[in-house]
Amino acid sequence: MLEIKNLHVSIEEKKIIKGLDLSINKGEVHALMGPNGSGKSTLSYVLSGKDKYEINDGTIDYNGKNLLELDVDERANEGLFLAFQYPMEIPGVQTSFFLKTAINSKRKYLGQSEMDALEFAKLMKSKAEELNISTEMLKRDLNVNYSGGEKKKQEILQMSMLSPKMAILDETDSGLDIDALRIVSEGVNKLRNSDNSFLVITHYQRLLNYIKPDFVHIIADGKIVKSGDYSLALELEEKGYEEISQTA
Amino acid sequence: MAATEQTIKQVNTLGSSDYKYGFSTEVDEIRPPKGLNEEIIKFISAQKDEPEWMLEWRLNAFKVFNKLPKPQWAKLNIPEIDYQDCYYYSIPKSLKDKPKSLDEIDPEILKTYEKLGIPLKEQKMLSGIAVDAVFDSVSVATTYKKQLSDLGIVFCSISEAVKTHPELVKKYLGSVIPVSDHSFAALNSAVFTDGSFIYIPEGVRCPVELSTYFRINAMNTGQFERTLIIADKDSYVSYLEGCTAPMRDENQLHAANVELVALDNAEIKYSTVQNWYPGDKEGKGGIYNFVTKRGACRGKNSKISWTQVETGSAITWKYPSCILQGDNSKGEFYSVAITNNMQQADTGTKMIHIGKNTSSKIISKGISAGKANNTYRGLVNILSKAKNARNFTQCDSLLIGNQCGAHTVPYIESSNSDSMVEHEATTSKINEDQLFYCQQRGLNSEDAVGLIVNGFCKEVLQHLPMEFAVEAQKLVAISLEGSVG
Repeated sequence: MLEIKNLHVSIEEKKIIKGLDLSINKGEVHALMGPNGSGKSTLSYVLSGKDKYEINDGTIDYNGKNLLELDVDERANEGLFLAFQYPMEIPGVQTSFFLKTAINSKRKYLGQSEMDALEFAKLMKSKAEELNISTEMLKRDLNVNYSGGEKKKQEILQMSMLSPKMAILDETDSGLDIDALRIVSEGVNKLRNSDNSFLVITHYQRLLNYIKPDFVHIIADGKIVKSGDYSLALELEEKGYEEISQTA
Repeated sequence: MAATEQTIKQVNTLGSSDYKYGFSTEVDEIRPPKGLNEEIIKFISAQKDEPEWMLEWRLNAFKVFNKLPKPQWAKLNIPEIDYQDCYYYSIPKSLKDKPKSLDEIDPEILKTYEKLGIPLKEQKMLSGIAVDAVFDSVSVATTYKKQLSDLGIVFCSISEAVKTHPELVKKYLGSVIPVSDHSFAALNSAVFTDGSFIYIPEGVRCPVELSTYFRINAMNTGQFERTLIIADKDSYVSYLEGCTAPMRDENQLHAANVELVALDNAEIKYSTVQNWYPGDKEGKGGIYNFVTKRGACRGKNSKISWTQVETGSAITWKYPSCILQGDNSKGEFYSVAITNNMQQADTGTKMIHIGKNTSSKIISKGISAGKANNTYRGLVNILSKAKNARNFTQCDSLLIGNQCGAHTVPYIESSNSDSMVEHEATTSKINEDQLFYCQQRGLNSEDAVGLIVNGFCKEVLQHLPMEFAVEAQKLVAISLEGSVG
């Protein structure tokens, strides 16, 4: 699915990622954990194609394509999804209209006809119910005056409607209370299947109680310093980043 | 609505260029020589078979025009206009002898309107909308005329009204925009060619949208639209105009005068979707759109509401205004003005509060991209007798890129301590993070800009008649093509 080799990234001359390797296969869930400033969010932006980041070295292969050559929207329509840490507000644009536009952009890219209004309404309703999102909320402007938790649920709703091949969750747990965390995690777990993959970026082991990863990686100073299975997350919780990084 | 979808589809299939209406139609024209003089005015008047009083009115306006300087207040770079190097009248030969039915109209002209999404033939007419189609200097046809006249509604070209309803034309023409208002108003009064005339009788609520579609076709020809709408006591009308022109390298002039009169308890809703050819990326060609639009709320409790979506023209100079004479009368102005590439716009409104308890609302959304300049210029004037007058103004500007400009010039004059005037203004740049967010959801950069800008304009677009709101949204996105990337 995704193969990152020797990735070096800088922003405004400052080196952020310094030789990162990561390989994610179909059907796998990987967790990426690390302290502030270790390069976690930068990696999510580089994968989704945000500009201002300079790729100094390395390659990223995504399903046989050179990911770095694709535009942001091409990557999205090829099934790469980023659940934002800080989802953007778009005043004047109804949430449901935005969802419809996103779905039809993808269908257009794939050479399919637009989803008809009824089919769309049904899909949206069922997915929203799963996440405990009211239809009232879907009529409001996208993310405008949403609480932190509502914004994160909205991200997961978009993800489940677009059913991506490769989903990156950037600190989706931050700002969530325990109930919201459970609902969001269940939403993610429902999507998991043998054809898609997840990269879950988080500070805390807490989220991983709900979304059980197949692999856990620890990133420090722009490099993956340790990889393991779920038990690594527990070890990290016990020892802290500093000790784990040193023993790596 | 099916008709609108069809319109959009048709419009989208026209040519591959950015400006979807840029084709021209081959027709034989009747045109007097270039130049502006009494002879030309007499020629126009004679062509239209006008009564003597109309010709005198025109000639007097021409004298006034010669004395007035060009208005200078706008923040626009307007090249010197050589009034002698322009044609003032052009009509397709086939329309000279006033075709009795659509069958007698040159099929090329009918085809033009069909291509523009405005079918005129009975079986294809847009449902719920009566259309007056103006081609260069003449009205081609007006649909639904019979059905409207059964209600006592007059909807015809102004040329026709001069002959059929002279008492109304004499009473109201020039009563809202005096001939001497400024030089473009005087010029229009001297050489106006065609436009629509509407009279809604007392107590009648017009059941359909009335609409005029203006098309400039001939080269080097100015179009001088004149529209007059009168809503008698307790009546209501909603009117919409659309405008397009072929792509040409020379600039062309469209100088319009539009007058609205609302009597007691009457309401006029006037919407414009202006998409004249804006010129190319380097600023070559395009329409000079110098428009004077003014409505008089003469009666008590009357209301005039202007909604405009201005996306075309090389230069837009336009201030649809309301004179709030009647007690409790209301004026509204909702505007979206988009300038891209080298376009310039200086647009806004004047709200003149004269009567007691009058209120006005101004919502202006200016969007600037490329190297364009966009100015909101407005006046809220509250006279001493306008007790308890209220105004609310909100001006928002959105910048796309770093070579464009947005300017807000609000004038507020209040001679009355009971009144309340509120003004809010914001200027922002289109947010890179919003764009990235939309693109991450699969929208290409142009669709993303279109979506965000439509959201920004929503407060205004929702005031358009439903059938046209969809088209306007599409137009907003098209006008900004190539502005990012």
